[in-house]
Amino acid sequence: MFREMEALPVTAPATVAEGGEVTVIQSGWRLGLRSFAQNRLAVIGLVLIVFFVLFCYFGPFLYHGNTTVADVVNSNSAPVQGHPLGTDSTGFDVLGQMMVGGQASLEIGLLAAAIATLVGTLWGAIAGLAGGVVDGLMMRIVDVVLSIPLLFVVLIVGAKWGSSVVSLALIIGVFSWLVPARLVRGEVLTLRVRDFVAAARAAGANRSRLVLRHLIPNALSVVVVNITFQVADAILLVAALGFLGFGLNFPTFDWGDMLSGGTTNLMNGYWWQVYPVGICIVLFVMAMNLIGDALRDALDVRLRRR
Amino acid sequence: MTTYLLRRAASSVIILVGISILVFWMLHVIGGAPGRAVLGLRASQVSVDAWNKSHGFERPLIIQYLTYVGQLLHGNLGTSYKQNQSVDAILAEHAPISAYLSGLGLFFAIMIAFPVGIFQAVKRNTLSDNVVTTAAFITYSMPVFLLGLLLIQVFSLTFHVLPALAPAAVSQNSSLIGAITNPQAMVLPVATLTLVSVANYSRFMRSSALDALAQDYIKAARAKGLPERLVLLRHLVRNASLPMVTLIGLSIPALLAGNLITENVFNYPGLGIMFINALNQEDYPVLLAYTLMGGVLTVVGNYVADIALTVADPRIRLA
Repeated sequence: MFREMEALPVTAPATVAEGGEVTVIQSGWRLGLRSFAQNRLAVIGLVLIVFFVLFCYFGPFLYHGNTTVADVVNSNSAPVQGHPLGTDSTGFDVLGQMMVGGQASLEIGLLAAAIATLVGTLWGAIAGLAGGVVDGLMMRIVDVVLSIPLLFVVLIVGAKWGSSVVSLALIIGVFSWLVPARLVRGEVLTLRVRDFVAAARAAGANRSRLVLRHLIPNALSVVVVNITFQVADAILLVAALGFLGFGLNFPTFDWGDMLSGGTTNLMNGYWWQVYPVGICIVLFVMAMNLIGDALRDALDVRLRRR
Repeated sequence: MTTYLLRRAASSVIILVGISILVFWMLHVIGGAPGRAVLGLRASQVSVDAWNKSHGFERPLIIQYLTYVGQLLHGNLGTSYKQNQSVDAILAEHAPISAYLSGLGLFFAIMIAFPVGIFQAVKRNTLSDNVVTTAAFITYSMPVFLLGLLLIQVFSLTFHVLPALAPAAVSQNSSLIGAITNPQAMVLPVATLTLVSVANYSRFMRSSALDALAQDYIKAARAKGLPERLVLLRHLVRNASLPMVTLIGLSIPALLAGNLITENVFNYPGLGIMFINALNQEDYPVLLAYTLMGGVLTVVGNYVADIALTVADPRIRLA
């Protein structure tokens, strides 16, 4: 940013120009990025995300917790030397599980959000640009899917086919693109009557060029803000699936799977099987929401969540 | 107004038809022909085929769909694969206790979130506002089941004030009477549902009240010397509550999801437990009947919210 400012001839205006001081024009994204960096909560969120990525992906290199071989003798052990966060009912090390399970949670969250955003953005852009009957039909489909509780559908389909990270992310993504579709359509409806779109059209841009080069980039701030909330929601959803016992299949597992049977574990006094991983979920989701809120303020996006 | 409501009614019906198509399609794709599920693994292929044929599962899909819709319109949701009972009977058995739980949760959520949101807006950016905002934010980022588990930890395990799980009188009979006569067992599940919704609603109530506070009619009310209490009660509450009506309508899927998870945390024998049991048995008619019911509740809830808003807001009514 500073390099470009130096390149410009810096001349102090002799008199203050009419309509205010003359400053270097910065793009909305730059301004947004700067006000994002000044938001303390957003920085906390970002630090948390970086921490969890390091914890889940590099943690296993530093700390070897047994997460694959059943060890009945040491099952349900409270935190002791060698098992800093205790073990679960199979004798797996809880801290090690938190690292490995976190990988699945993070991957499902990101992949599901990416799928939902991709599908939703294209769907919304096409509907908004097409208008008329096509728009009506496409948005009614959105209304229909949005009316059905997401948890129910994901449980039904996920119990049947969602046993791996990719398949579960696909299922969640396929049923949660509706909010981005609505947001992008709304943006496109206001953008398509703007002058630069008319100019592009007059210059001979065809429909796909209009969508890909002019409409989607300008609707991108809405999409970017929404992605963070999508990741947060997907991770909460996966956690609920795991808690209810319909998560991934062994040997893959996520944070939610570690909490299946959480009520029983708590009643038995095995707090180390519930709270550490619970705190992971809350902190990660909170970090995503913090970043989302900060991005929304920074990019000046008015969004309705859910 | 009538035209508006009629148009909304028409689009609601279209959405309902769409939901029935989607649910039927899911039943078909995931459940398939149910002969094997009904007769069990030991039945011969011949008898499975015969069962499917005699129950009409070999006809063209469109005919099957129309039959399905015809039955739906007569209030017939099909027969359970596993329980040899009509789905209507199973739903009717579990619905009252879920409605009681969710109704109480929604009631308390509204009673708490509205005043809290207005309080926050009036005291904006003070310490108390920030504390409530932070608490709501943390609750909002927390899985529902973890909130339930925390309440169990505090009130049942640490202080022994409330039971963690539904007592046998409730959990075994899944009777509404059992739930009503054991009010202390309802406290934690209702509190879980309430807190989740309060976290969601109070954020919106706060921003809605902030918008309303900036309006000229508030200035006018203050300028004519109305006591602040009356400004808030007569002018702010009513106007700030309007957007909330729509929000509550929109939050029905989230309420149902919260209900499902809460029931499973506290072993509460409503529709949520029924759903999970049916999922374990791959009893698709039951699963999809409740999914359909959730969709219908959402569409009807949104429509009712629109009617309520039209009645409450003259700007819509007279437009």
